[in-house]
Amino acid sequence: MRLTAKNWQGLALTAVLLGVAACLPLLTTAYWLTIGVTIALYTVLATSWALFSGPTHYISLATAAFFGVGTYTTGLGIEHLPYWVLPPLAGLIGAALAALVGLATLRLSGVYFVIFTLGLAEFIRQIITWGQTVSGTKGIYVLTSITEAHIYWQLLGLAGLVWLLGWLIGRSRLGFALRIIGDDEEVARHSGIHTARAKVLLFMVPGAFAAITGAVLAPRYVYIEPILAFTPMLSFQVVIMALLGGTGRLWGPVVGVIPFTFLWEGISASVPNQTTLLLGVAFLVIVYVLPRGFVGLIEDARARVNRAEGYA
Amino acid sequence: MRMVSPVLSLRGVTKRFGGLVAVNGMDFDVTEHEVLGLIGPNGSGKSTTLNLISGALMPSEGTISLRGAPITHLAAQDIARKGVARTFQLVRLLPSMTVLENVKAGAVFGHRRRWGTEANAQAQALMEQVGLAGRGHLKVGQLTYIDTKRVELARALAGDPKVLLLDEWLAGLNPTELEEGIALIRRLRDEGRTVILVEHVMDAIRSLCDRCVVMASGTKIAEGAVADVLADPEVIRAYLGDDDD
Amino acid sequence: MDVIVTGLLLGGTYALIAMGLNLQYGMARIMNLANGEMLVAGAFAAFWLYGAGQVSPFLTVVLVAPLAFALNWAIYMVFLGPLVKRAKSRGQLEVDAILTTFGLSFVAVGIMLAVFGGDYFSYSYLSFPVALLGGTYGANRLAAFVAAVAICGALYLWLNRSRPGMSIRAIAVAPDSARLVGIDVGRLAALAFALGGAVTATGGALISTFLTLDASTGVLFTLKALVIVIMGGVGDVRGTVVAALMLGLLETFVASVIDPGLTLAAAYLLFVTILLFRPQGLFGRKTA
Repeated sequence: MRLTAKNWQGLALTAVLLGVAACLPLLTTAYWLTIGVTIALYTVLATSWALFSGPTHYISLATAAFFGVGTYTTGLGIEHLPYWVLPPLAGLIGAALAALVGLATLRLSGVYFVIFTLGLAEFIRQIITWGQTVSGTKGIYVLTSITEAHIYWQLLGLAGLVWLLGWLIGRSRLGFALRIIGDDEEVARHSGIHTARAKVLLFMVPGAFAAITGAVLAPRYVYIEPILAFTPMLSFQVVIMALLGGTGRLWGPVVGVIPFTFLWEGISASVPNQTTLLLGVAFLVIVYVLPRGFVGLIEDARARVNRAEGYA
Repeated sequence: MRMVSPVLSLRGVTKRFGGLVAVNGMDFDVTEHEVLGLIGPNGSGKSTTLNLISGALMPSEGTISLRGAPITHLAAQDIARKGVARTFQLVRLLPSMTVLENVKAGAVFGHRRRWGTEANAQAQALMEQVGLAGRGHLKVGQLTYIDTKRVELARALAGDPKVLLLDEWLAGLNPTELEEGIALIRRLRDEGRTVILVEHVMDAIRSLCDRCVVMASGTKIAEGAVADVLADPEVIRAYLGDDDD
Repeated sequence: MDVIVTGLLLGGTYALIAMGLNLQYGMARIMNLANGEMLVAGAFAAFWLYGAGQVSPFLTVVLVAPLAFALNWAIYMVFLGPLVKRAKSRGQLEVDAILTTFGLSFVAVGIMLAVFGGDYFSYSYLSFPVALLGGTYGANRLAAFVAAVAICGALYLWLNRSRPGMSIRAIAVAPDSARLVGIDVGRLAALAFALGGAVTATGGALISTFLTLDASTGVLFTLKALVIVIMGGVGDVRGTVVAALMLGLLETFVASVIDPGLTLAAAYLLFVTILLFRPQGLFGRKTA
């Protein structure tokens, strides 16, 4: 694998930015650290979501399901296993669950996939709640010495990992196959691409990362309940942030995550009941105003500048 | 007489859609280095036959084999990997990609799989062969009609298929383009490619095909050397009858 | 026996709701994920009118249906029509419609939260027991069932006998050929969408007589309606009715035998089973 100068530049820039971001806990107040965790959290979720949904155009609402499964992996496992085993374990479980979901639905039309993934979190939540009722337990305590800063650093590391993986996939046969599938699935098949396998493989990426994120975040909640771990809002927020940023580029989702996090914080602080309305309006804005997200805006502007320079 | 084992053979291949029989008991062989014309009036089942061979549709009955090995019930991607490449009746390119990337799709995932510099070199070579040299960076939306057809042809060839299926590849070209197109396919023939040509353009069939299979209403009504087949009264009736109705 | 009758009564109302979605998805080709919110809005109207003036929910329907029709017509014209026009492929329209109707659904929930607040709402109407087949059932459930059956029957006749009804079915089966025989596909799609919304809102008004709802329960009904539509077959009226009755039975059975908290999980399992084994619906014929 040969790397061009531009590749090195991108890698170095990403590393430097991550390094700067890693200094946040040392410099600021608890409030900003919380915001930092939220941004890092959604960056991991939205970027890994876009890795799959960007090229395939399948809208996955399963983030909350994977996230919840990860949270419960830590919740149930913390008494028996050392903490550092749990996030990777959650990743494996998430990937396996994603593979199952993918095998069942990715042959079918996009609408069915959306409904299937939307129902998945609710399904697992009802089953866990029922299990708790039957066994007479309530929530689970996760008591660790892990601090907010630790969680933040872990999430940053994860973000770095998602970008690296996304970049590697983009350069791989799998990445090329997915771009072809996204353009025309029938051509892809007749060119010799095993489309179902490629989609299932790729769907395992957001499945694993969302589960790991859930596992990493579990100590923050201290007390885990189904309704908290499987909140459906999470899935929708991730979709909006990723699409708002734009799925065409690896750095697209983070461009959506940062402004939307502040907007969300602002709205929930001033008019807490209207976050639902905000989500709704954001969806409409994406469809009617920003179909390619901020990435589209930025690239159009850049193209205009280039053209202007060309004529000058 | 010399015995040649067929590259592709169909035996009793039938396709039903509900009560409608679109293809009925088709039998024919394609031998190596041969250009076989598959002709017949509109709606006679030619495109359906191509779709059955390439795995876009599954036959209701019969067997299709590639170099003796059955491919009847394989999925489209597996048939493509075994060495059957195709173009589409209505050109299908990958709209978000460049010409080079479109051709590369065939080189990376086709019968013979390549990657990296090798795939790029193969794509470049094919682009040169079909007359697209130097246009690899263009988006496919910027191409003229015949150039989109060239891209599709190059993509199909890039994986070194054993059999190439061309579904009305010459349709819709203007007279000048048609000449270029015929010359291009003749070169494929001279290189020794094995091709099935579904075509309406009679001049092209006469000048390109070694043999012809004629279909009408889903069945084979004639097979043989082009001149003989086109003189066959039943074939003439099938074509003219089409007009009389 | 109890379970069966209660299940069938519930299923009858579900049939009406799912019929609304089926008109929108099967005929107008829009997967309307804001369908459940239309139901909640219909329920709200019934609740409010009953609270304000003791208006019977069965009379409210007369008001709710045309209002919902107009609202859905407007939604189609403003939001969805343009998407249909700009879509380059079926896949793109699908994605756009999903995002848009999700957006509309959240906007509707947001508005309803702002207007009515987040509380559960219910009222007591026709809540005396009626003896039937050896069991007793709420009169409101029976009345809602009868009304749902009547409306479903009328819809079925209209779709099969009237000219606009048959044209709507024609665009569901073959939009291109329909255009050729002089059917205005765009207008009829809007009509089907609006009609679907009206039917769903009516179902909401009926269901509010015996179920407790709140502003954010819409999505649950959307999911149930989708399960029914997919199970019964897209665009298939009779299939919808059968599937709705089956779902009503299943939910009632699960709620009474296992746990009321598992009804959605049961519906979901049913949906998954159908997807895996009969993705073309219970009565659909396999294509290709």
